[in-house]
Amino acid sequence: MKELTIDATVENIVAVTSFVEAELEALDCPMKAQMQIAVAIDELFGNIAHYAYNPDVGPATVRVEVMESPLAVVITFIDNGVQYDPLARQDPDTALSAEEREIGGLGIYMVKKSMDEITYTYKDGQNILQIRKNI
Amino acid sequence: MKITKSQNGNNLTVALEGRLDTNTAPELESVLKNSLDGITELTIDMTALDYLSSAGLRILLGAQKTMNKQGSMKVANVNDTIMEIFEVTGFADILTVV
Repeated sequence: MKELTIDATVENIVAVTSFVEAELEALDCPMKAQMQIAVAIDELFGNIAHYAYNPDVGPATVRVEVMESPLAVVITFIDNGVQYDPLARQDPDTALSAEEREIGGLGIYMVKKSMDEITYTYKDGQNILQIRKNI
Repeated sequence: MKITKSQNGNNLTVALEGRLDTNTAPELESVLKNSLDGITELTIDMTALDYLSSAGLRILLGAQKTMNKQGSMKVANVNDTIMEIFEVTGFADILTVV
């Protein structure tokens, strides 16, 4: 298990992505799964950066674990900002035309569709969002 | 992300290289904002784009809406990961992917 605690800012998405990718490369993770995980980090860490401590800045912890049989990567995002369950949000209507479309909710929806599991827990004042990707 | 523009009359091609995400999407938004005047055919070339997140989808949607009013827009050379994102989000129906 490896862990990184860093200020939850949009600029730090790059550092979090590099941290996770270093772990994935050691696993020979297929490129497509790596990219899906990078998108998930952009969406999830980006959400924390935008909303958890707004308008202040606070810390977030990103934990990477490797599971065996089946081989999977589990990434956990922890912050102690405002309680927010992104999974409670209704899925966007993906059948609307360009004029009617809204982008809100699309990021978390993409993560739900590309990961094998996503769970949210609020415990001891912490938002704990966990994704699992089988590789 | 690297953005390369090439214009031929009213046709503009914008080639993207790298990652179109929360940090880089504002660059593309700004380039498009300043480049679409008088353009009737816009092509976004994704040959060298690794992936995009919802921040990138937002910019593509904005460009599509602008081009719906003044011409047409194509998205070219998308990889499997990006195509899957377009399909899952319904963007495959909104965009003209060639």
